[in-house]
Amino acid sequence: MAAPIEEKDQATQDPRKEGIASSIRVVPHVPKGGIMFQDITPLLLDPKVFKDTVDLFIERYTGKDISAVAGTKMCRALRILEEGIEARGFIFGPPIALAIGAKFIPLRKPRKLPGEVISEEYVLEYGRDCLEMHVGAVQQGEHVLVVDDLIATGGTLCAAISLLERAGAKVVECACVIELPELKGRERLKVTPLYVLVESH
Amino acid sequence: MLHTSLYCRSFPSPSHLRSLVLSSRLFPSVAVRTSPTLSLRRSRANRSIAMAATEDNRIKRIASSIRVIPDWPKPGVMFQDITTLLLDPLAFKDSIDLFVERYKDKGITVVAGVEARGFIFGPPIALAIGAKFVPMRKPNKLPGEVISEEYSLEYGTDVMEMHVGAVQSGDRVLVIDDLIATGGTLCAAIRLLERVGAEVVESACVIELPELKGRERLGDRPLFVLIKAKGV
Repeated sequence: MAAPIEEKDQATQDPRKEGIASSIRVVPHVPKGGIMFQDITPLLLDPKVFKDTVDLFIERYTGKDISAVAGTKMCRALRILEEGIEARGFIFGPPIALAIGAKFIPLRKPRKLPGEVISEEYVLEYGRDCLEMHVGAVQQGEHVLVVDDLIATGGTLCAAISLLERAGAKVVECACVIELPELKGRERLKVTPLYVLVESH
Repeated sequence: MLHTSLYCRSFPSPSHLRSLVLSSRLFPSVAVRTSPTLSLRRSRANRSIAMAATEDNRIKRIASSIRVIPDWPKPGVMFQDITTLLLDPLAFKDSIDLFVERYKDKGITVVAGVEARGFIFGPPIALAIGAKFVPMRKPNKLPGEVISEEYSLEYGTDVMEMHVGAVQSGDRVLVIDDLIATGGTLCAAIRLLERVGAEVVESACVIELPELKGRERLGDRPLFVLIKAKGV
């Protein structure tokens, strides 16, 4: 069950987060038994809640000198063996980029981006995956925000950070709608700050 | 007051890389309306010319931001890479604005975005016009109950899926993808939406490859594009 992040001062809990948390549908045993899949598609079916989600990020990042927003479209393994569930970083990243006047950089599975790419292979709980970015998408010293719908183990986000840093950019923060705290993704991100709207246990 | 340069602005001639064809539906008519004074009529016409010139610049910027990659993913294909458009915040914003301006007063209740690049353009349009966003996905990506539509590719077939209940009978839908080639993907999306009783008001893409005859495949289903390009 998704819940808003506990604010230090309860009185300042943003009321929009309640709507966001309650619009996330948890689908049990997808893709396999024992997994609780966090389905954000009902959030997208509620224009007010979708707008609130994007607005919360825009309010945080406007005027923060971020010149690029990177979003991933990857297979994500949640303690499963063969199948991955593709991430929806493409959905939240572009509206944020548009509103703050930043570029949008898609990070993708191998062989989806045409032209010259750099690749980052990374280890999942079982097996490996690979994330690619276009050469020249970021410049040295650019400040980048990485956006995804969900952080689980943090593997995808770490690979994204690694790719961007290899290209000389600085990842100022990662932003997700949902965090699964038990999977310790926040710890895996180490020094890179993480901002999320709701947690799910 | 308008600058005289706007009067003299001409439409772009075809570039040596691609031809720019401005959709005739994009521009308001410059018809003279009845008005008390000649100067008022002239200022309305001036505003229409100014709007047309501004939209002309936006299309130019969008077209020149798109990178063409030859022989990808296979020899003979000129791949239209929109990722470079996304790296130009003004061009990206312009492309969204052009769609939003067209659709904001059309009573659209759903924007259906085709995986994957339709997910980049669809949500900003949906947000701006206050519509739901519904992803149209490859198989086995959507959890829960889905309906499927099989469609043919150049070699073989593929399947598109949509969540049951995402779209209702009576919804007015805009279908979005980055590009229309043969039209197979868009036709599958339209069929899925019509099967649940929705009305597909229009399909919209950034780029059309006219030689691949996607528009013909759509038949009488309306199609709006910003740019036409040579894809092969």
